[in-house]
Amino acid sequence: MKQYAYYPGCSLESLGKNYHISALEVSRELGLELKELEDWNCCGATAYFPVDELLAYTLVSRNLAIAEKSGLQDFVAPCSACYKNAYFTNSYLQKDADLAEHINYALEADNLHVNGTMKVRHLIEVFIEDVGIEEIQKKVSNPLKGLRVAPYYGCQLVRPRKAKEDVENPQYFEGLLSALGAEPIEYASKTRCCGGSLIITNRKAALDMVHKLLQDAVKNNANVIATTCPMCNVNVEVYQSQVNREFGTDFSIPVMYFTQLMGIALGIEPKRIGVGASMLSLAQSTVS
Amino acid sequence: MAVELSFSKEIENIMYASHGKPIKDCLQCGTCSGSCPAVEFMDNSPREIIGLISADFKKEVLASNTYWTCASCYHCSVRCPAGIDIADMMYALKRYSMWKGEFQEGLIGPEFSESFVKMIVNSGRSFEPLLAATYLPKFSARDIVQEGLMATGLVLSGKMPLLPKKVKRLKNLQRMVRRIIPIGETK
Repeated sequence: MKQYAYYPGCSLESLGKNYHISALEVSRELGLELKELEDWNCCGATAYFPVDELLAYTLVSRNLAIAEKSGLQDFVAPCSACYKNAYFTNSYLQKDADLAEHINYALEADNLHVNGTMKVRHLIEVFIEDVGIEEIQKKVSNPLKGLRVAPYYGCQLVRPRKAKEDVENPQYFEGLLSALGAEPIEYASKTRCCGGSLIITNRKAALDMVHKLLQDAVKNNANVIATTCPMCNVNVEVYQSQVNREFGTDFSIPVMYFTQLMGIALGIEPKRIGVGASMLSLAQSTVS
Repeated sequence: MAVELSFSKEIENIMYASHGKPIKDCLQCGTCSGSCPAVEFMDNSPREIIGLISADFKKEVLASNTYWTCASCYHCSVRCPAGIDIADMMYALKRYSMWKGEFQEGLIGPEFSESFVKMIVNSGRSFEPLLAATYLPKFSARDIVQEGLMATGLVLSGKMPLLPKKVKRLKNLQRMVRRIIPIGETK
C-alpha cells in the first residue's frame, strides 16, 4: 500500500470535515494510505502574503520539513490553497539557497530542517496519476449514470502555472467524472475564481462571483457542482442562500467534493463519506 | 547619497516570489483587466494600476481599493503576454501599504490579514468561525443575523466545531516566527 504524507489543512478539520473523511475513505478503497503529518500548522492560505512574504514561506516550510522527516516522498494536500502554497514554497527552496538558509535558521527553533525534496501534489492528481483512470473505472460498482456534474477546478488548483499544463481548459477532472459513470458538463466558469478569499474582506465581490458560477452551472443543466477545494465548496454551498437574497434567484444546487462522488461510485456507505440524505437521493434518482 | 527608487522599482523589490518580468514591460493591453473576476469592484482596473505605478502615482495607487479586491486567482498572471506576475504584484502592493500604514479607509482586508497572522502565532491553526466573527461588526445588521443563523446551522449539522485546535509545539512555532519578524509576547 503506497503511503503519502497527508497535509489536511485547517479547513478540513472544521468546515471541510466531509472532504477529510471522504478523502480518507476513498484513498483506502483505492489502496492508498494517507498518513497525516504530525503537528502541522496552518499554511496561511492567502492571508500571510500581505503581511510578510518570508514569514509565509517559513510557515509553509515547517509543514514541508515535518513531511521530509517522515521519510515519505509525496506531500499531498486536498485544499487548493494549501497545495499552491506548498508547491511553490517547495520549488523556491530548491532554487534559492539563500531563501532556504533564512528559513532553516527559523526552523531550528522547532528542531526542523527543510530541503525542498518533497513532491507536492493535490489529492486529485494522486488519484488520477498513481491509481489511474482505468483502475478507478474498474472499481466503480455504482456508476453515477445520468448525473450531470459541473467539474469545478476553481483557481489555485490550476494556477499559477506549474509546468506546461493546460491552465485554461484542463480536462482531467472531466476524465475522472466520466470514469465514475457521470456526465461532466461543459461550462465556461470551470476555472474561474469563486471569490472564496474575498468572502470576509469583500462580501459583495465574492457573492457576485459565486452568483456567476451558479448561473453558469445551472444554465448548463448541472445536477451537482463538484469541487476540489474546501474554500470553493463552502463558498459555493453555504453562501447560496445569500446569493439568492442578494440577486433574487432561487438556486439550490448541491455542491459536493469530488471525493464524495468517487465514494458513491465506489459503493462506499454514504454516511462514511459525509453524504447527507438530500444529496444521496439526488444522486440515486439519476442512477435508477 | 541614497538613490531614491521609483515606485515601480520599490514594488518590484518586494516581489520575491514572482520571478516574473519587470512591471515596466507592461504593454497596457488590458488582458489582465479582461480576465479579472473582481474588476468591476475595483476603483482602478489592474491595467490602470500598472499604468499608475509606472508613472509614479504612488499616492493614487495606495488610495485605491484595487489590490485589496484581488482574489488571488492568478488568471491575469498566467495570461499576461508580457510575463508579469500581476497577482503577485497585488500582494506586493498589499505589503507595501501595510508597511506604510496607508490604505483606503473602511477596507477589511488589511485588518483581516493582520488578525489572521496573529491567530496563527497564537495557535498555529486557523479557525474560520473566530475569524468571521471578528468582522461581523463591519457587516450590516441583516448580514449579521444571516451569518449567525448560518453558523448555528453549521454547528448543529456537525460541519463546524465549537473550539479551534492548536499545534502541540506552539512555543517552538512562536520562537520560529520571532526569528523572522519581531513580535511581542504572545498569549
